[in-house]
Amino acid sequence: MHPAGPAAKVIATLWWVLLGGATAIFLFVAGLIAWAWYGPSGERDEWGYVIGLGLVFPLIVLAALLAYGLVVGERLLPRPGPDVVRVQAEARQWAWRFGYDDAPDRETENVLHIPAGRPVDVAITTADVIHAFWVPRLAGKLDAVPGRVNVLRIEADRPGRYEGLGSEFNGPGYRDHRFSVIAHDAASWDRFLQGDAP
Amino acid sequence: MTALRRHRALTRIWASDPGWKGWFTTVNHTDLGRMFLAVAIFFFIVGGILAMLIRAQLASPRSAFIGPEHYNQIFTMHGTIMMFLFAIPLFEGLAVYLLPKMLGTRDLAFPRLTAYGFWCYVFGGSMMIFALLAGIAPDSGWFMYPPLSSTIGAPGINSDFWLIGITFVEISAISAAVEITVTILRYRAAGMRLSKMPIFAWYALVTAVMILTGFPPLILGSILLELERAFGMPFFQVADGGDALLWQHLFWLFGHPEVYIIFLPAAGAISTILPVMAGTRLMGYGWIVAAAVSLGVLSFGLWVHHMFTTGIPHMGLAFFSAASTLVAVPTAVQIFAWIGTLRQGRPRRHLPMLWLLAFFATFVIGGLTGVMVAIVPFDWQVHDTYFIVAHLHYVLIGGFVFPMLAALYYWMPHFAGRTTYFKLGPTAFWLIVPGFHGTFLLLHWAGLLGMRRRIDTYEAGQGWELINLIASVSSFVMAIGLALVLIDVVVNVTVAVRGARDPWKAGTLEWAMPTPPPAYNFASIPEVTSREPLFDAPGLPVQIARGEGYLGDCERARRETLSVDVATGEPRYITVFPGNTALPVLMAAVTGLFFLGMLTKAYWLIPLSALGVIACALTWVWSLGTKESEGLLPAGRGLSLRTAAEVRDPPGWWGSIFLLLANGTFFGSLLFGYAFLWTIAPNWPPPAYVEAGPWILLPLFGGATLTLAGTRLKAPPGLALAMAGLAALGGACAFLLSRAPDPTAHAYDATLWVLMGYALLHHLIALFMMALLAARLLAGHPAATTSGAIRIGRLWCDYAVAVTLVTATAAMLPGMLT
Repeated sequence: MHPAGPAAKVIATLWWVLLGGATAIFLFVAGLIAWAWYGPSGERDEWGYVIGLGLVFPLIVLAALLAYGLVVGERLLPRPGPDVVRVQAEARQWAWRFGYDDAPDRETENVLHIPAGRPVDVAITTADVIHAFWVPRLAGKLDAVPGRVNVLRIEADRPGRYEGLGSEFNGPGYRDHRFSVIAHDAASWDRFLQGDAP
Repeated sequence: MTALRRHRALTRIWASDPGWKGWFTTVNHTDLGRMFLAVAIFFFIVGGILAMLIRAQLASPRSAFIGPEHYNQIFTMHGTIMMFLFAIPLFEGLAVYLLPKMLGTRDLAFPRLTAYGFWCYVFGGSMMIFALLAGIAPDSGWFMYPPLSSTIGAPGINSDFWLIGITFVEISAISAAVEITVTILRYRAAGMRLSKMPIFAWYALVTAVMILTGFPPLILGSILLELERAFGMPFFQVADGGDALLWQHLFWLFGHPEVYIIFLPAAGAISTILPVMAGTRLMGYGWIVAAAVSLGVLSFGLWVHHMFTTGIPHMGLAFFSAASTLVAVPTAVQIFAWIGTLRQGRPRRHLPMLWLLAFFATFVIGGLTGVMVAIVPFDWQVHDTYFIVAHLHYVLIGGFVFPMLAALYYWMPHFAGRTTYFKLGPTAFWLIVPGFHGTFLLLHWAGLLGMRRRIDTYEAGQGWELINLIASVSSFVMAIGLALVLIDVVVNVTVAVRGARDPWKAGTLEWAMPTPPPAYNFASIPEVTSREPLFDAPGLPVQIARGEGYLGDCERARRETLSVDVATGEPRYITVFPGNTALPVLMAAVTGLFFLGMLTKAYWLIPLSALGVIACALTWVWSLGTKESEGLLPAGRGLSLRTAAEVRDPPGWWGSIFLLLANGTFFGSLLFGYAFLWTIAPNWPPPAYVEAGPWILLPLFGGATLTLAGTRLKAPPGLALAMAGLAALGGACAFLLSRAPDPTAHAYDATLWVLMGYALLHHLIALFMMALLAARLLAGHPAATTSGAIRIGRLWCDYAVAVTLVTATAAMLPGMLT
């Protein structure tokens, strides 16, 4: 809930909208029950309750919500662009290994280096069971499925260190299946690619 | 005959055996319903204790109370027990107990099947409890994703307990579902049209059909995964042409309908109780039925929303996201119809009503968070966090446990025949409801802060400590409340005062009998004309007791009830029920040996126990019907009817239809799995496809023709033809199987083995039925009493033919296309 990248930020906004809407609907339903209870005994109003409130009202709300969700989802998809950086993440029980398209011979263990302010596509794979790649403050999560490569777009607004988690239950070492993401500024990213220890 | 003498005579006929023996030989739905409910509550206590262990462990950071090995078993078993051994059986128990009483009949359609299902549940559940106590319980999470749950991630016996134990328990779900469906369609009071059924029966019907179509994918998945674990058939191993995602599809194809299988019975209880509490009739009966049916249908279109993070293309996700939000509409129809019902009546603050208010407050929140997680990008963020844990507990406790507590307090006077003794009830209520919200409300926030589900402990300093401490303390408050409910029930059943019939002034037929209910339910089967017969004919209970309905005279001294037309409820025939017998518990025990053989890899046990099950089944079927035709018998009120043994559509035929529905879904899931692997799995095609010359068409079509024609010709020669045809079909399948000698080589070969094994099994079943029919004719049963049996055999033969043709095509299609 402390977003540090565009993807996490849109999702956070989405959450506040959802929370607001849900609270409003909950209070409305609670009020309706209270009125049914304490108000004068009403007459049979099947149309109002069943059709109006039961059918029309949720259809309108849900259609709006669905459209919003789709638009957000489309924005989060990994689309090709000039400054996209590609990295690989391979999960296993219980560690992560990261590789870099821009420096094919570099490999890091449990630490992922990315440039800040640029979109990064993470190609996620697994060496054994199903895992999931999640950096809560940067983006949503995506699974590592045997035999498949799943691509997740992440981006950090500012340089810094972000916590990453394996977020699909994967056995006794699940709790400590974590990694770090280090977002570099442009100069330090170049140094990293050239092989300097960060 | 006076009412009292009729009561004594009927009790002699219908009563279970006295003493402890009665527990094992009873086939009476009132007994079995109570036993189902008691065992389900036992499992609720076990699951609850596990939940307490979880909350104790998570109360503080860096807790060293339980290590990850045990913690993983505990949360896996908590989910598994609550879903499979508590929620579903509780519904089954409630339906088994209530349905015949609400529908105005004397027992369920297949009394021995009720008992068999119950004992399968008890034995299967015991396996799980044994695993838990021995510390070898499943530990891969309740949805058992391979490869983690397969030999790679779980080499021990743990996963086998889950796969085998749960499949064993599912026998009870399937048999209860067949039973409930046939009972609702054919066993009702005279004149009870479908549109005049109590609303609970509609919900139970939808739920039962959903069980028949929702559980087979899970049973298939469990069998495939167990075959992979036991024999190395690589259905889920990507290197050999399998796919781990296939399990997720099969599991959630079951898993999402499962949520509604749990919610719908609760909604049925609400729709029954709420109008009574408001002193009015239900608003929008037709709309509610339509909503329940559409929930049932829609729920099969949303399984992928559990898989939003597996890398499925975004357009595919959009479809399932739309379907997932759409499911909120029929839910809203029901919620607002209930509120409208409250509005048109005068609600009274009885304890069941309090629980319904708790349901509203909780379930609405759970529904709203459900819509949130149906929105794909939001789900990407909260998937597998405590937000989901909180959401699902709001839905399941709010949407199932609270309504079931309302149902408990509503029907307790019926179960026990005593006035409710409300002292502990409200206290328990005020502990449970705040305790529940204290536990789970803030856990949403912990999930948003990044707390993953299933971690055994956590570090301090992430902002979760206070939330988890509050949750743990509140959960113990809730547990104390639930313990009070238990004490309350025991006190009520044992020491409270005898109460009057129908204390709530309800209108449905279960209140038209003395309480606690007699073994025969109704002294005579009533004729009804409205949805709330007791509102419109207050004298009905007296008329029933006086024997003024159907089958009120018990001269034939056997268990009889009325079977009616599906739509109109007009009386059609008399069903004669079997008496007390230990056959179901024996057959369940032998079935258990079969599963035990699989579990312990004592494979010699499997053919032995299979023979045992066949022997039991033979005894079971042979006792049906009479050797001499009885013709038309007086059924009361001037009506004469035949018995079920002499009609074209006996209960067994209807049961077969619905069993074949479940079976067909199983087969359909298998074909889905095959097509999924073929088109989606990465390492295809296999080294070689099975091919056969065109001559294979001869046994296939020849066998099909012989079988289809044989079952339609005159019996003795026709049966011989059908058996020859089935043998030819079996030969063709066996040949195809011999062309794929190694099922461990590739997922294609493994699937071929399962397809052909499935077809061969059905040839055996059909052959067995034909042989049985032939034996019956030879034993001298006349045509009048075998026509229904022949039609049942024909159903299974037709199914075997269809399965053979489809599997043979499926096996050879890839080879022909390449």
